Amino acid sequence: MNAGIPLVYFLVTATLMFFVGVYGFMTRKNMITILMSVELMLNAVNINFLAFNRFLFPGQLEGHFFALFIIAVAAAEAAVAIAIIINIYRHFHNIDVEQADEMKY
Amino acid sequence: MTGNQIMFIIFSAIIIIFSILTVTSRRILRAATYLLFVLISTAGMYFMLNYEFLAAVQLTLYAGGIVVLIIFSILLTSHIEEKFETPALMKRVYAAIASIIGAILVCTTLLNYTFTPGTETAKDVNMNLIGNSLISWGEQGYALPFELISILLLAAMIAVIVVAKKVKTK
Amino acid sequence: MSNFSYTVLIPLIPVFVFLFIGLLGHKMKPIVSGIIGTVGLGISAVLSYITAYSYFFNTEKIDGAFQKILAFNTVWLQFTDKLHVDMGVLLDPISVMMLIVVTTVSFMVHIYSLGYMKGEKGFARFYAFLSLFSFSMLGLVLATNIFQMYIFWELVGVSSFLLIGFYYEKPSAVSASKKAFIVTRFADLGFLIGILILSFNTGTFDFISLTTVNGAAMATGGGIAFLGLSTMTWSLIFVFMGGAGKSAMFPLHIWLPDAMEGPTPVSALIHAATMVVAGVYLVARLFPVYALSAPDGLTVVAYVGSFSSLFAAVIACTQMDIKRVLAYSTMSQIGYMMVGLGVSGYGGHDGLGFMASMFHLFTHAMFKALLFLGAGAIIHAVHSNVMNEMGGLRKYLPITHITFLIACLTIAGIPFLSAFFSKDEILSAAFHHNKLIFFVQLFVAGLTAFYMFRLYFRVFWNKEPHYHHTPHEAPLTMTIPLIFLAIASIFTGYIPFSQLVTSDGMAFEAHIEWMNVAIPSIVVGLIGIGVAFVMYKKESELPDRMASGLKLIYVGAFNKFYFDEIYLFVTKKIIFNYISRPVAWFDRHIVDGFMNSIAWITNYVSFKIRGFQSGQVQQYAFVFVSGAILLGVIFIYLFSN
Repeated sequence: MNAGIPLVYFLVTATLMFFVGVYGFMTRKNMITILMSVELMLNAVNINFLAFNRFLFPGQLEGHFFALFIIAVAAAEAAVAIAIIINIYRHFHNIDVEQADEMKY
Repeated sequence: MTGNQIMFIIFSAIIIIFSILTVTSRRILRAATYLLFVLISTAGMYFMLNYEFLAAVQLTLYAGGIVVLIIFSILLTSHIEEKFETPALMKRVYAAIASIIGAILVCTTLLNYTFTPGTETAKDVNMNLIGNSLISWGEQGYALPFELISILLLAAMIAVIVVAKKVKTK
Repeated sequence: MSNFSYTVLIPLIPVFVFLFIGLLGHKMKPIVSGIIGTVGLGISAVLSYITAYSYFFNTEKIDGAFQKILAFNTVWLQFTDKLHVDMGVLLDPISVMMLIVVTTVSFMVHIYSLGYMKGEKGFARFYAFLSLFSFSMLGLVLATNIFQMYIFWELVGVSSFLLIGFYYEKPSAVSASKKAFIVTRFADLGFLIGILILSFNTGTFDFISLTTVNGAAMATGGGIAFLGLSTMTWSLIFVFMGGAGKSAMFPLHIWLPDAMEGPTPVSALIHAATMVVAGVYLVARLFPVYALSAPDGLTVVAYVGSFSSLFAAVIACTQMDIKRVLAYSTMSQIGYMMVGLGVSGYGGHDGLGFMASMFHLFTHAMFKALLFLGAGAIIHAVHSNVMNEMGGLRKYLPITHITFLIACLTIAGIPFLSAFFSKDEILSAAFHHNKLIFFVQLFVAGLTAFYMFRLYFRVFWNKEPHYHHTPHEAPLTMTIPLIFLAIASIFTGYIPFSQLVTSDGMAFEAHIEWMNVAIPSIVVGLIGIGVAFVMYKKESELPDRMASGLKLIYVGAFNKFYFDEIYLFVTKKIIFNYISRPVAWFDRHIVDGFMNSIAWITNYVSFKIRGFQSGQVQQYAFVFVSGAILLGVIFIYLFSN
């Protein structure tokens, strides 16, 4: 199915997706949207892994399994992050990342 | 232009546009929905790379699981109709500069580099192979990371329960 | 030859008692810790008596001389093959004699304190410290080598410090303990230098090899001369400096009178009978080295001792605090012992002075402990140290009165009491050696009789002041030691010391020189008593008239010849101003300033950059991403080729 599409196109798409995620991570105030940005970045990386695996080492499975494990880790991460966010919400009554700065200095 | 290429253009366009919408939308539920579109298109990308199993996982786990989880927590913590204020201008500018420079750096590097495609015969990544790889070891065996991930998931599960549990007040 | 290895228990029992009481004392009743301490020391005392008996009477002599026996020895610190510090037990006539002195007096003091310290806060602590002191003193006495002696010497200093400062809530006691510690510590510096030079020269710490006559150690002694004296002499003078500090010899005596701030039993034990004679013991321990390879050192010892005894005796005549009188008296008597050593030669009848000095040490320990314990009983009865607030006490304190009288008669040198023999032997040794010292000591003997009887008459006769409540006789635990020590004061003079404790271990015949020495000393003593009788038996104006007649001397002596003030002037005005201040300034401004500025810079910079730790995760992310991009640029474009 990938015939006619060079590797670089996948990579550029992933790069753009990744840096959009970075932008979101830096600008968003709501913690859940920050979590979404992180998911974007993880997906971009996954695309990278799979594209490299398919184009450069088609006889191996490393990229594939790495992506698989990243998905598992992302699931765990999302669950833990949301638990923490809910706890923070209970504590501060909002989930603004700029207000959760009690550990500064 | 082949159908493949059209598909790719559509998917990548969806990915990029909805990514940007995800991080800029001022309504949180919409952002979550845009994220869903991005994730689905990513699954499409996987299909295009012939990783059907992973695409399915992406659909069920990400689109089905994580996004739903996110939406749940949104409902728990936010007012849906509430619009975010736009973030401070300087913050946006700095973040944009950093992201754009980063993107340009990576893209130019990518475009200037010539990749040598692999010559070996492509493997057919079917369920049988994946299952066997996950429980075997040695060459092409992933039993150890599989076990690690299982422990990680268990730990995460316990941790989530502990963290999210309401503290009993006397 | 009998086996003496059990002697190691003599110092070890007190240290175990110390640890036991020190750790668990607060958990038990005070009286229990007192009894434990007393029993522990009683066992040590019994062992000491057994040791003495078997050493003097059941051990073979070789060539008619008592041998030095190494009862126990273990290498404690091994530095190199040659340089090692041992711990052990050395038995020879003087150490065995000192064992008797220390354990006897200490045992008496332990019993006495049961009554004297009753109800005091820190009773258990007191007994713990007493045990610590006994341990240190016994370890010092039994030391096999000069380094072990030094270690225990310092331990003795520490326990003395602790005991002087026993009433640590009283500022005067605290400063007295500090003073004692600092002065003796200063003297110990000399001791340490002496030890280092001595062992560098001779290559050994060991007493046996150091004091072997014509041995290798002594042969190397001569060495290079410095300021006209050999290095050996210098090292021994330094060692003597340590001894002078502990024994309160002029000019390092200033701590002893102040040390009387401690509880009276402590003064009796430490500052009369045992610790202060450590200096004498030290010189006696190294006596063969002094006598054979550094006779100039001995001359120094003799003159310092003689001057100290005169000096202290003059001051003692004017002091009003009974404990201070006794303190100066102690200093004076130790001066006697030093004179005895200083005028002695080595071997046979030449060693008369050595023998007499040890003899006097022994008898002095008994009667001086008795005097102090008696003073303690008086203080216990009238709750004051000052003579003006006493008088006519003989009616109220009959036992104390009799025993105190015996002690006064003894120290005055009345015939057939113990000190008569020992003092006369010192005097006759001096008579044959140095006439000047002899006459000084004779005069001091008269002064001694005078000030002791001044004290006696002033306290027990004279006019009775108004007492707040009727003084009462001390309890049995206090009077029994008094009686025991009084008996000892009378009869210890009949111990044939010349047969037992001599410079080279050989027995010789000592006899009293009636015409030259004994008669004059008795006469002088009686004159002293007589003057005191006239002046102080009844209240009279005589003392005041005497004082105004001899105004200059009286005022000087009353103020201890201003020695404290001189030391204060030297330390505060000269050393503090011209040495300590600049050093302090340098330390405060240059050294501290450097460190402070480093701290200040760190602090300042930290405050300036603490904004980075804003708690804003997104800021961190921005910095992190920028850094990553920067590194990417650097690695890709700058280092790629």
